[in-house]
Amino acid sequence: MIRIESVTKRYPDGTVAVDQLSLDIPDGSITVLVGPSGCGKTTTLRMINRMVEPSEGRILLDGQDVQAQPVNTLRRSMGYVIQNAGLFQHRTIVDNVATVPRMLGWDKARARKRAMELMERVGLDAGLARRYPYQLSGGQQQRVGVARALAADPPVLLMDEPFSAVDPIVRKGLQAELLRIQAELGKTIVFVTHDIDEAIKIGNMVAVLRTGGRLAQFAPPDELLSHPADAFVEDFLGTDRGIRRLSFFTSAGLELTTAPVVAVDATAAQVAERPEAASTPFLLVTDTDGKPLGWADRKALAGGGAALDRAALQPYGRPFEFGRESLRDALDCAVLSPTGWAVAVDGSGRVVGVTSQETIGAAIRSAHAERERQQAARGTGLAKAAT
Amino acid sequence: MSAYFDIPSDLQHSYTGLIGVHLKEALLPVLFGLVVALPLGQLCARFKWLYPPVLWVTTVLYAIPSLAFFVVLIDYTGATETTVMIPLTVYSLVLLVPAIVDGTRAVPQETLAAATAMGFGPLRRFLQVELPIAVPAIIAGLRLAVVSSISLVSVGTLIGNQGALGNLLADGLFYHRTPLIVTSVVTTALLAIVMDGLLVLVQVLLTPWAPRGRKGARRVRSAAQEPDPGAGAAASAGPAALEDAVR
Repeated sequence: MIRIESVTKRYPDGTVAVDQLSLDIPDGSITVLVGPSGCGKTTTLRMINRMVEPSEGRILLDGQDVQAQPVNTLRRSMGYVIQNAGLFQHRTIVDNVATVPRMLGWDKARARKRAMELMERVGLDAGLARRYPYQLSGGQQQRVGVARALAADPPVLLMDEPFSAVDPIVRKGLQAELLRIQAELGKTIVFVTHDIDEAIKIGNMVAVLRTGGRLAQFAPPDELLSHPADAFVEDFLGTDRGIRRLSFFTSAGLELTTAPVVAVDATAAQVAERPEAASTPFLLVTDTDGKPLGWADRKALAGGGAALDRAALQPYGRPFEFGRESLRDALDCAVLSPTGWAVAVDGSGRVVGVTSQETIGAAIRSAHAERERQQAARGTGLAKAAT
Repeated sequence: MSAYFDIPSDLQHSYTGLIGVHLKEALLPVLFGLVVALPLGQLCARFKWLYPPVLWVTTVLYAIPSLAFFVVLIDYTGATETTVMIPLTVYSLVLLVPAIVDGTRAVPQETLAAATAMGFGPLRRFLQVELPIAVPAIIAGLRLAVVSSISLVSVGTLIGNQGALGNLLADGLFYHRTPLIVTSVVTTALLAIVMDGLLVLVQVLLTPWAPRGRKGARRVRSAAQEPDPGAGAAASAGPAALEDAVR
């Protein structure tokens, strides 16, 4: 664990970058430092590997003061990823990735072999190994940056706005890739960003810092959205907090019905047998494989699937993957659908049922209540631990 | 033809001998200049306040006529090659120091921070990161310094037989032998062009990592979508070298 103990960074001109900051950064998870510019988030990160020395307080790594070991030994035990990757433009990709292992005294062949493994791990084609950084796109360079940081298998990874300089689509891909790699490797990651959405998406814990380097709130993203500590955090989180929070609730428990679902080859009799669904005059028509085609009026289907005019089907918006996607996705699908009903599919795109906005609303309310109970329980747990 | 290569005996050198002396007197000062300029430029890049005074001093030194240098130096080093090479070394600094400072400053902040964060000490960082990345800028400075040094060696004529091809030029004027003048000027110009070309070659060999020319641009396009800022930068060498040498 990285423990930041009442750390202050004051510059000779009197500016206070970080003010009495204390944080316990848990092992094996992603902790995000987020805040507006001038909040000291990068300074805090750089104090962990001593690129900046604190004026007061101390930082412990697994109980040992980071000052206790030689600075370069400390740094080589922590991966570091920076904005724009900061690759060595005069070295090939494979040599960039092999930098720290080489410094640790590995022989060239072993370091390169390790570098090739890491390139694969971060999704880089082996054919890029002999290229130079200028021949790669920004997103590819950033992947190299991550591979380079992981090369010596450090337990700690420090990431300083690593994805800020790439376009939103590439950023989304890199974020997903980081979460995938983290699921495999379980590093202790400290991640700095100014983008609260990025913080909420990738953080297990999020520390919101305010200008002047003071901690505003340190909480899991879900709790941050539901219980912002003060007006600053609330303002920083922005609008749609409630909607955004729904992405932390699984759709797995959502009540589905197959009553209004018919296959396109259904006969008139089969359509007539369909029980009247609670509140919709529509039936969801699927192809013979079970994939959704669109919503049809009960009357239009009276003659069976054969008589159906496919062009007259109402669109279903987009389906959500049941169990994998969140209540936010389910609600979004329901809102997008002209009938107000969301279509749930399995991993291969086959319809497993449909659900109404009202049902989703009820699920949201019960999920909220459940989460409140959990948070209350954890709150008392923490209070106990503190006493 | 012999009119052009019939070197007067008072020069005490054959034609190739003159070329050898000329190159030695031109290149050694640049080499010494580089040895001084590397640490000096590095200090200027690191301590920003140092750069303006250093630049001021090198510029003022550059403004001192070589004759004035000779007058002072001749008491200590006599009418020797050394007396010619000391001012040339000093003159090269005005070109080399800014090249090294610019080259070192051109290393992106992210690259430096990443190197530090990976546990590079200052010396290792300088030798393995900053210096290699500064190579194109340093060679650009070297090309100017070498070409200007080759043209400046001729002033050695002022202290006797130390001007190499410059003395050939002086003899041509003295004996009214125009072919010798042509030989001297053309040879000096060719030396400058050849040395400049060699430095370009050295740069190409040292920097396989730099985007350059059409070939580089095409590879960039196929590999990624980044624009290619370095294209054509190396193209404009020849004519400039010629002008400088003739001047």
